[in-house]
Amino acid sequence: MRSLRKVTFSQWLLLVVLTAIGLFMFIPIVFLFNNAFKPLNELYLFPPPIFVRQPTMQNFDHLFLQAAAGAVPFTRYLFNSVVVAVATLAAVVLVSTMAGYVLSKHRFHFKSVIMATVMISLMFVPEMVLIPRYLVVSGLGLKDTYWAHILPFVASPVAVFLMKQFIDQIPDALLEAAKLDGATDMYMFTRIVIPLTAPAVATICIITFQLVFMDVTTSTYYTTKDTLKTMAFYMTSFTINIPGVAAASVGAAIGLLMFLPNLLLFLLFQRKMIQTMLHSGVK
Amino acid sequence: MEPTRLSPAAASVRPASRKPGPPAFARRIVTFAKQCWRDRLSYLFLAPFLILFSVFIVVPVLMAIFLSMTTFNGIGFPRFVGISHFIAMLTQDFVFMKHTLPNTLKFAVIVGPGGYALAFFFAWLIHQLPRAIRDFFTLALYAPSMAVGVGLSVIWVSTFSGDRVGYLNNILLRFGMIESPVLWLQDPKTLMWVVIIITLWTSMGIGFLAMLGGLQTVNTELYEAGRIDGIKNSLQEVYYITIPSMKPQMLFGAVMSIVNTLKAGEVTTLLTGVVVTPNYAGHLINNHIEDYAFLRYEWGYASALSVLLLLMGYGLMRLSYRLFRTKEDE
Repeated sequence: MRSLRKVTFSQWLLLVVLTAIGLFMFIPIVFLFNNAFKPLNELYLFPPPIFVRQPTMQNFDHLFLQAAAGAVPFTRYLFNSVVVAVATLAAVVLVSTMAGYVLSKHRFHFKSVIMATVMISLMFVPEMVLIPRYLVVSGLGLKDTYWAHILPFVASPVAVFLMKQFIDQIPDALLEAAKLDGATDMYMFTRIVIPLTAPAVATICIITFQLVFMDVTTSTYYTTKDTLKTMAFYMTSFTINIPGVAAASVGAAIGLLMFLPNLLLFLLFQRKMIQTMLHSGVK
Repeated sequence: MEPTRLSPAAASVRPASRKPGPPAFARRIVTFAKQCWRDRLSYLFLAPFLILFSVFIVVPVLMAIFLSMTTFNGIGFPRFVGISHFIAMLTQDFVFMKHTLPNTLKFAVIVGPGGYALAFFFAWLIHQLPRAIRDFFTLALYAPSMAVGVGLSVIWVSTFSGDRVGYLNNILLRFGMIESPVLWLQDPKTLMWVVIIITLWTSMGIGFLAMLGGLQTVNTELYEAGRIDGIKNSLQEVYYITIPSMKPQMLFGAVMSIVNTLKAGEVTTLLTGVVVTPNYAGHLINNHIEDYAFLRYEWGYASALSVLLLLMGYGLMRLSYRLFRTKEDE
């Protein structure tokens, strides 16, 4: 796109190469979709085809029947996942927007200390604090509650960090003008900051959703009751522990169910997300 | 809102107008408290985050540091042993020195910079395309990182499955490149490479999107200017103009890449179904931590390992900050 000579030949070449790479990267995803609708005999075909020949809903029937026969119906895992994901998203967005707004536009003591801690904590690998966090969670009596699923994720340094960087882009003049007109902090926050941060909210939703929805640590370590575990846990326990025919069929169906919400959310927010990324480098 | 600062005149007048009041130190505390009270709304807004952040991140990290200097099995009271865990790690933990550390280093060196470079390279390629079709490619490349858990268990396991039905074996057999099925996930020689390939496949994550955003911010006039200044090919263009112009995004990508590299470990568990892989072939620090914490219940030692991981992460982050800090130090 830079010089006219380049547009014609090398861009076509690039397009071909990138399409090949893109298709290669995307094969597993395409496979995932097709796999979910394959009848059992196709799941065990040799050689395994990527595309489904006779699509069927059989796997999903299996999934629901299989789990319905167990102690905990599948719908309970689904329900848990939805409740946890929605509650966490709402809380993360609210909490990190508030924190980001203050860290970006207010001046007060400890601000630089807090910011530095947040930056360092971007490095924290959750596995690293697994044990102490387990002690904290059980010490607070949060084990076997929905809170154990939600609260640890609400403390999200990445979300606060992205939010702060984004709110930095909102001109101070705008807020000062509002203040001169007699707006309170609360008013400025709800009427100016929140509407303007929509792209950042989109980004945070996508990241957090992936994190929460795919998380198995909470279900594995913080909950002992099966009725409080999530779909991600159900899926991993299924695909890892139970080899054989039933697992292949149910695994194919649940794999798609796990992936789909992520994909939909991303498609929904993709534009906005990249817009955030324009602003949210580490400065 | 500048914290109230007295002008020199006022500062000299004020104490004189008072009786020999409280000492300077006490007065400073009072001022400090007043300023904190004045900023109460800021603290109120921050409170939800700060409380949760402290409870679930700061406190656990401090506890991890403390636990790393004790022996603790999760039942009895921790017993203080100083830095002996760290000494043991270096001198006595055979598995750690022989397998975990080399594996982690090999993995980190290839996947960290490799995944980072790939992310930048693909972002750059996509940016060369007409705007209308960029989104499709972004989606295609980003999709794997959304599918991590799912893709791993459903697809990659069957791809690298050790029998004839496994995709890779199937293809290789058909082309006559191997004579009998390779046990990709059981053979110590191949497991690590499988793990590396899969991690690279998922490495076009949020860092990749950040770079894609960053590329759009580069001022196109700079390229014209660069050409006048004697930049000949696009490699030079990337090195002298593109990368310096998007340093913040490059830094963000680097930080995310470090985090992802250090987080790795569940890949091997998901692939093989066990924490300790055959012959320790895919044993990374995280597997080692999980081994000691949840199989052997030596939580003190496991914490020492995680403190080491934190130090490594912090060191790497400092390094990348040095590399990509903007010159003006905004």
